[in-house]
Amino acid sequence: MKPRHKRTLIVIAVLIAIGVAALLILNALNSNIALYVTPSEVAAGKAPQGQAFRIGGMVRDGSLKRDGLTVRFVITDLVKDIPVAYTGILPDLFKEGKGAVIQGRMNASGEFIASEVLAKHDENYMPPEAKHALEQAQKNGSNDGTNDRTNKGSNK
Amino acid sequence: MIPEFGHYALVLALCIAIIQGVLPLLGAHFGRRDWLVLARPAAQTVFLLLAIAFGILAWSFYVNDFSVLYVAEHSNSQLPVIYRLGAVWGGHEGSLLLWIFLLATWTILVSQLSKALDDFMVARVIGVLGLVTSGLLLFVLTTSNPFERLLPAAQDGRSLNPLLQDPGLVFHPPMLYMGYVGFSVAFAFAIASLLSGRLDAAWARWSRPWTTAAWVFLTLGIALGSWWAYYELGWGGWWFWDPVENASFIPWLVGTALLHSLAVTEKRGGFKSWTVLLAITAFSLSLLGTFLVRSGVLTSVHAFATDPRRGIFILIFLSLVVGSSLALYAWRAPKSSMGGKFSLSSRETFILLGNVFLVVSAGSVLLGTLYPLLIDALHLGKISVGPPYFNSVFVPIMVPLLVLMGVGPWTNWKQSNLLAIIKHLWLAGLVAVLAGIAIPLIMGQFTWLAGMGFMLAFWVIASGCMQVARQAKAGKPTRSFIGMQVAHLGIAVFVIGITMVGAYQEEKDVRMAAGDTVSVGGYQIQLQSVNNALGPNYRAMRGTFVLSKNGSNQISLYPEKRNYFSSTMPMTEAAIDAGLTRDIYVSLGEELGDQSWAVRVYYKPFVDWIWGGCLLMALGGVLAMSDKRYRLKLKSKFS
Repeated sequence: MKPRHKRTLIVIAVLIAIGVAALLILNALNSNIALYVTPSEVAAGKAPQGQAFRIGGMVRDGSLKRDGLTVRFVITDLVKDIPVAYTGILPDLFKEGKGAVIQGRMNASGEFIASEVLAKHDENYMPPEAKHALEQAQKNGSNDGTNDRTNKGSNK
Repeated sequence: MIPEFGHYALVLALCIAIIQGVLPLLGAHFGRRDWLVLARPAAQTVFLLLAIAFGILAWSFYVNDFSVLYVAEHSNSQLPVIYRLGAVWGGHEGSLLLWIFLLATWTILVSQLSKALDDFMVARVIGVLGLVTSGLLLFVLTTSNPFERLLPAAQDGRSLNPLLQDPGLVFHPPMLYMGYVGFSVAFAFAIASLLSGRLDAAWARWSRPWTTAAWVFLTLGIALGSWWAYYELGWGGWWFWDPVENASFIPWLVGTALLHSLAVTEKRGGFKSWTVLLAITAFSLSLLGTFLVRSGVLTSVHAFATDPRRGIFILIFLSLVVGSSLALYAWRAPKSSMGGKFSLSSRETFILLGNVFLVVSAGSVLLGTLYPLLIDALHLGKISVGPPYFNSVFVPIMVPLLVLMGVGPWTNWKQSNLLAIIKHLWLAGLVAVLAGIAIPLIMGQFTWLAGMGFMLAFWVIASGCMQVARQAKAGKPTRSFIGMQVAHLGIAVFVIGITMVGAYQEEKDVRMAAGDTVSVGGYQIQLQSVNNALGPNYRAMRGTFVLSKNGSNQISLYPEKRNYFSSTMPMTEAAIDAGLTRDIYVSLGEELGDQSWAVRVYYKPFVDWIWGGCLLMALGGVLAMSDKRYRLKLKSKFS
């Protein structure tokens, strides 16, 4: 083989490797992205159907109920409420009245079945998605005015 | 008064660092010896000043000086002394000071250990490092001064995040930063060579041990972080593909590519441009990692600090570094990129292919990490890219890399008979296939993924054993050779660990009351009681579990749920019975009422092999670094 041909072969091999990687990446990106959705958007039916997604918001005070290892609570952006069920051990920082991000899917009866409740490292830290959901709701929402916003102040 | 001295030392360090960054480079350019001899004394002064500043910050923590804002925010008087010292780098300002202090440490090491290098080269290397130091010092002084006062002083500090009160935290950041920052030396050598136009084998031989040293630290730093997450976060995972983890892993992948590419440049004078580009990339990615972690742009569990000014400063600094070095690269990089001629079946080709796989995998991780930020920045919505993406992209790229790893070391430089090698390796192939079939069957369940994992790991091990046998016949092996074998063995051990854990771990979340037993992986775990316990700065609920295997070998485990006095945040402290072939992991969840508790138990086969593999990789790096030829070259003159 001439050196020129060898070089061409190497270049082709490299291009094939990169091409395969690009295919893998695109394929994986397509099927493994979870969209963030706010509770109001879920209530308006804008949540992806039959696909896992994430909800950011606040855990409504007094909504937490235990049944063995299954926990039910309500995630809210202070305008719309979404009931959530989760089976397993909640992260240390999960608390009523605090921000949380959960991943899962809606079931037929309109309950969000969480597969993952995200833990945050710091008690003073508000997940940006939860904050975003509250701000969105405040901007667009028809303020029912029934919700206490006292918790929000502490989260900057 | 003392903290003001620290601040003053930082300002002085900035002034001297600017001298260190400017005069030696100009001196080297214009041939003015009186300017370039300033490099070493300037670097020494900067190091001294930064050591003073760092020492003063540590002192402020030691004496609980809560009139210093940073101390008040990250420590408190009940904190044990060891964690008070660890708290020095527990927050943003302190960790940046650590970053710069370590940069000065690398600089001083280079200046001391490069006596044989010619003055112009030394001046340029120290000069480039000086510029980086000044940029970061400017950043600290303008946006993140650790010595800022809090007046009136706080009664007591806010305390360190309980998660960080752990021996792992005391060592993880310095190790990781030593690695990150260490790539600055490889970067400085690359830039200095571009400036002087002397990109030769001698340059590669000089930067190789430094790059290896940085890589060793980074390997250990990442492994420590992973181990810490495993036992401290109470989640039982060892890698989460969290953006902050990725930020350290991407430079590692590129650094690994750089190590191998440097070998070609040193031995064969080839791949020069590629090596330089990798050196620039590795350091830029280290800076990018710092930016990602420290600017708070990430939607990440690690994002403590959020201050846009800081983000913008680092972003500007990053673009300056990347932009100017790439411009210099485009201008000065040698035109013939492949260097010496080599055949398609040569070691060069194998290293090149390995490099491609490493760089492509780094690119795919980078893409997955930045993609959500990009989408968010373009207002296309908020998304998260989770572990499934990384697993489904990263793992397939690593498969051919491991196959290459078994063949590559057999090849000769320039030209070798690939057919003969493949014929020779049939035994290794047989061992690999047998292991890939037998081990999953022994473990009780065959899956293709597990089979492939064991096959690849044993392919690397068997091929390595045969290489060692061949070398033993040929004569005394060099430290470099042993280092390579140990590091590659480390990869295989690591792969065995992740395959075992991935395929055969068992996890159970259960509700338990005193007297209940749960079984996992052939072990029985009985909850005996949950009692109150008191620590130095926390109160805890402590469970007493008894672990046994069919009634024998009873071991007690004490997982805790802690409440630190200075924080309202509860903390799960897992209890682990570690072993060579398995860990049993128990953590205590919430109380569920009627005296029962949520409990998570894991059976994790071979999980410690993951970190054992990393230790072997690091050990391999140390062995390779200590090879005789680097010491000899230190004595002989750089030519």
